[in-house]
Amino acid sequence: MVQVYPDQKGRYGDFGGKYVPETLMAPLQELEEALDEAMADKDFIAEYHHVLEKYAGRPTALTHADKITDLLGGAKIYLKREDLLHTGAHKLNNAIGQALLAKRMGKSKIIAETGAGQHGVASATVAAKFGLECKVFMGEEDIRRQEPNVFRMKMLGAEVIPVSSGRGTLKDATNEAIRYWVANCEDHFYLIGSVVGPHPYPRMVRDFQRIIGDESKRQFLEGEPTLPDYIYACVGGGSNAIGMFHPFLEDDVELIGVEAAGKGVDTEEHAATLTKGDRGVIHGSLTFLLQDEHGQITEPYSISAGLDYPGIGPEHAYLFDSKQVRYEAVTDEEAMDALKLLTETEGIIPAVESAHALAQAFKEAKDLPRDKTILINLSGRGDKDLATIMNHFKGEE
Amino acid sequence: MLTQTLFQGKLSKTEDLFIPFIEAGDPSPEVTIELALKLQEAGADILELGIPYSDPLADGPTIQRAAKRALDNGMSLKQAIELIPTMREKGLTIPVVVFTYYNPVLRIGEETFFELLEEHGAEGVLIPDLPYEESESVRELALKHEIEYISLVAPNSEARIQKIASEARGFLYCVSTLGVTGGENQLSSEVTHFIEKVKKHSPVPVAVGFGISTNDDVRMIREHADGVIIGSKIIRLVEAEVENLKDEHKREAALDRFYNNVRELVE
Repeated sequence: MVQVYPDQKGRYGDFGGKYVPETLMAPLQELEEALDEAMADKDFIAEYHHVLEKYAGRPTALTHADKITDLLGGAKIYLKREDLLHTGAHKLNNAIGQALLAKRMGKSKIIAETGAGQHGVASATVAAKFGLECKVFMGEEDIRRQEPNVFRMKMLGAEVIPVSSGRGTLKDATNEAIRYWVANCEDHFYLIGSVVGPHPYPRMVRDFQRIIGDESKRQFLEGEPTLPDYIYACVGGGSNAIGMFHPFLEDDVELIGVEAAGKGVDTEEHAATLTKGDRGVIHGSLTFLLQDEHGQITEPYSISAGLDYPGIGPEHAYLFDSKQVRYEAVTDEEAMDALKLLTETEGIIPAVESAHALAQAFKEAKDLPRDKTILINLSGRGDKDLATIMNHFKGEE
Repeated sequence: MLTQTLFQGKLSKTEDLFIPFIEAGDPSPEVTIELALKLQEAGADILELGIPYSDPLADGPTIQRAAKRALDNGMSLKQAIELIPTMREKGLTIPVVVFTYYNPVLRIGEETFFELLEEHGAEGVLIPDLPYEESESVRELALKHEIEYISLVAPNSEARIQKIASEARGFLYCVSTLGVTGGENQLSSEVTHFIEKVKKHSPVPVAVGFGISTNDDVRMIREHADGVIIGSKIIRLVEAEVENLKDEHKREAALDRFYNNVRELVE
């Protein structure tokens, strides 16, 4: 019998919990009660699935990537196409779920944090669709490198609030969103974008993202006699990976989470939280994080704004610690090469985040026999990354 | 009715308490020691010694800036605690409560942290991101090492007030408003109801903090609570003199001005 996580206290083994100021304990309790009620209400679940299908475009396709399979000459590769979801990434699954919950709780104002801007865009989108007021906290550095998404959010009617503390990236935006929430928790709903934060956020976001894995499982068995042998997903906070992995945790499938190694895990510039980090508390949850010897949180680095985060969801910390999922790290360079290869062979420009999962999968696929199957979660499309991509390949033409 | 011996008997009165906050290492370790002594001279009954942290979730911009100044100087949890014996040598007699976020404690180890506090003569500890439900092991260690573990209650704590108050040690920290430290909010009349409710359940003095920045605020809180905690406003007074405090030749005059401003605030 497999233990169901999280437990009553929001723990995944040692990890998770609620490390927040006393002021947030009441709103978290209120959220947990409303969430439990909603998840047990079949009308709520039906509405969530209805919006996913009719508005967001689910189910997303499962694509047999035959050309890249032939080129690599090893395992048979399938792609779960979250890049085809409305707004261009898996983030919308969760934003829809939480926005419906916010409405149900009678909260008309939402706040969100964003790194690459994908969660900000997803939040602004659901805010427009469901008539909610939306504030998105975004680090100044990210605003600079993700300009098109900032414009999209504004067009959708959201207020983008620049955050200048720290290095002006996702960590700082999350701090500021939490601080704002502390002061405005009575009438604001905090729509967290990943499986991070205090309980019940990691569980809620996982449950709104597991549609990725549930669909994949069904679709995979339509074309193949058995489940995939290997599944790959990139991990920043870890929501697309948990969403993909969770329905497969009890199956005979090897799960591989891929972190950002930036300029290399032996340099100071990476975001490889599990590979290089230690236990600690960040944004309300006990997990692994990048920190110095004194327990100060250090600044991560990745070419991908969506993976540029010093923490990781507590359930990943647990899956890592209990060795249920293998975690690897891929450099900027490797990810960008995989991005280029997929674009040229399959006609799909992936997000730089997703390219990390591709890179690790391609590396391993080559050496696997042809009767093995691989599923990669293509969590988002690369349109938002064109500036980064052009900049990276500058001079190679 | 108060039922505990407070701060190992070092707190001699249980009402009209003035509890200022300073950040260790802001703008330098030497100045932190001098500021502590000036605050005692200005009537402080308990000193809250803040440990700078990279990601202070419960703090507004003022204390964030102080933390950054201190971290830029290389201040750490251990170094901050090590300042306490020097403060004592120079004449500090009031109880010291170490204010730190949880991650540095976790990093150094809970047991080691309490050994350090005991060894260096701290009387209390306050961890703003460790709510009641997550604090069991820390509360046990605090009892074992005879360190007062300071609990917080907020205006929306409601049913939790009784549970938290029943285990309160040292003093009970009432967060005046929903929000982070250093807000400029007008203290509402709801605060007084909240304070009265907390006092009914508290076995220790009830002190109020967050957003207390004027002499009027102080007077109003004093009427209802046993103590007033002032953080961001004190930091702003430090900040106003930061360059002078760093300069050895101008330090003494700056400390005197700091003293006068603090006196005006709490008179």
